[in-house]
Amino acid sequence: MQFLVITLKRCGLGLGLLLAVLVLNFLLMHLAPGDVADSIAQDAGGLDAEVMAQIRKDYGLDLPLWEQMLKYFYSVAQLDLGYSFYYNQPVTTLILEKLPATLLLIISAQVVSILVGVVLGVIAARKPNGVTSHFVTILSLVGYAAPVFWTGIMLIILFASMIPLFPIGNMVDVSVERTGFAYMVDVLHHLVLPMLTLASIFIALYSRLARASMLDVLGSDYVRTAQAKGLSEFQVVFKHALRNALLPVVTTAGLVFSGIVSGAVLVETVFSWPGLGTLAVQAIVARDTPTILGILFFSSLVVVVANLLTDMLYRIIDPRIKTAETSEI
Amino acid sequence: MTALLSVKNLTVEFTTRDGIAPVIDDLSFDLAPGETLSLVGESGCGKSMTALAIMGLIPSPPGRVASGSISLAGENLLQAGDTRMRAVRGNDISMVFQEPMTSLNPVFTVGEQISETLRRHQGLTRRQAKALSIEMLDAVQIPLPTRRINDYPHQLSGGMRQRVMIAMALACRPKVLIADEPTTALDVTVQAQIFDLMRAVGKETEAAIILITHDMGSVAEMAERVVVMYAGRKIEEGCVDDILARPRHPYTRGLIACVPHLLETVSAERPYLQEIPGMVPPLSDFGFMGCLFAPRCDRVETRCWQEKPKVTQITPSQSAACWNLQEAKVRVDA
Repeated sequence: MQFLVITLKRCGLGLGLLLAVLVLNFLLMHLAPGDVADSIAQDAGGLDAEVMAQIRKDYGLDLPLWEQMLKYFYSVAQLDLGYSFYYNQPVTTLILEKLPATLLLIISAQVVSILVGVVLGVIAARKPNGVTSHFVTILSLVGYAAPVFWTGIMLIILFASMIPLFPIGNMVDVSVERTGFAYMVDVLHHLVLPMLTLASIFIALYSRLARASMLDVLGSDYVRTAQAKGLSEFQVVFKHALRNALLPVVTTAGLVFSGIVSGAVLVETVFSWPGLGTLAVQAIVARDTPTILGILFFSSLVVVVANLLTDMLYRIIDPRIKTAETSEI
Repeated sequence: MTALLSVKNLTVEFTTRDGIAPVIDDLSFDLAPGETLSLVGESGCGKSMTALAIMGLIPSPPGRVASGSISLAGENLLQAGDTRMRAVRGNDISMVFQEPMTSLNPVFTVGEQISETLRRHQGLTRRQAKALSIEMLDAVQIPLPTRRINDYPHQLSGGMRQRVMIAMALACRPKVLIADEPTTALDVTVQAQIFDLMRAVGKETEAAIILITHDMGSVAEMAERVVVMYAGRKIEEGCVDDILARPRHPYTRGLIACVPHLLETVSAERPYLQEIPGMVPPLSDFGFMGCLFAPRCDRVETRCWQEKPKVTQITPSQSAACWNLQEAKVRVDA
């Protein structure tokens, strides 16, 4: 019951945040000089003022700013994100078409980086002077310092060009028609390199974090108690220590989720992954305001939902949070 | 009387930057079944290290058991393998730590933490272990045990948590309970309750207790026999009454004099609070081949700086390691 109340409260906060994002995005886009009429004029090699005024009127760009904003909000509330002048398609359709590819990329990157990062961190913490520990230190240095696009290109050169294990880009092999299981395998095959590229930064981050917090926890009194109880090494490390060491990892996972979303834009571009990132780049080049706004809205939605989930997860892992909140209500 | 737990010539060494230091130096003592023995000394004297050595939990590196033996009912624990030691820990020998605030895992309920031990050692099912955990909470006088079993440690006070620790330690009815300064972190009013509880529950489960403390007051209250440690060495051993009435080692006398007496009249010989001047030597001095207490001793003579004090058997039960023993007739509390 209390869990439900808190969840609803968090959802409300999330909605407020989304609204603020909408206002900010809308204003920012309108601060930038030029609109779709300018873009069309440029493509056509110049249009006379009359035609441009007609275009602006057709798309409602002649209205005062606040009226445009209200109209935009009204339609967003109905999940109508406007019409893309550039693609000649409703923005919502456009985004929903590309969203699954991006979600697949970011969620798989997040899951893989947490799993690999935590496992590496735990191994490193068990033997702070061992090989894995040094490996984690170097990995986190390199992984964190290397730009995503560089890592991506290096992986392409290594594993797609020199050793052709994986395809260079795209999400499916367009030369062959596949359905069902074969299609899934094909997508996964294409997913490996972009996912690894995106995950590389976060593996670095999580492994360093997990190593530090695990080292901390392994030296704690309750781990000594667990040992004094005669529990097996596995239970001491994975039950008593890891559960506590995961807390900072979960917090960070929520915080850096927005980083993963923005990293996905670069990765998608490098691997021509047909997701929201590629769409965003094209829309920005084409000054396609509704599409850009739509993408910004959806990515903030993804981040807000991810943070909400993190919050809930944290509450499940750490019992101390629950009571702190309930005593407040 | 045969000893239940017998520590013989135990030496534990730590590798430090300055070389190898014996944190426990040739320590021997016996623990009889059901008896309460107290290890007394200041911080850094090797009391807790002795406890960890018995548990087989010396942090390694930097520590290692260099020589000696620790036998429980005839079995040398130092030769037991990891698997065997895990079966002994928490089942035959269990331990209550100093810090109840941090010694319980914050993310599991107290019920889970007690029944986990029972499931591991006694092979109980979840349901049986839970029932027995409730019984244990009741035995350590936690009100409403059926409800408290679902509490997390942060919902309990320090005294309550220490009760949970005791319940956890005694759940498998161990032969030996090691309590490492169990009341140091608690309010004075709670201390007496915890001692009463340990005595009562210890008696009921027939566990022998090793009480580690720096407070002679606790010793007087709890223990039957005392081993006084200084800088890793045993310097005096005996029955509580003998030691309190006729301490023969100057250090023991100092420890007794340190206990504040609220109702005592303050006089020139007995100022309000007494202290032993100086402090425990650093680890790097631990191997010193003289008396380690010499720098702080008021009865020091030349010999103390040159030779390690020999153990003098004063009565069949009392012995002390000092070149210049205190006269038996001097009473500290007179």
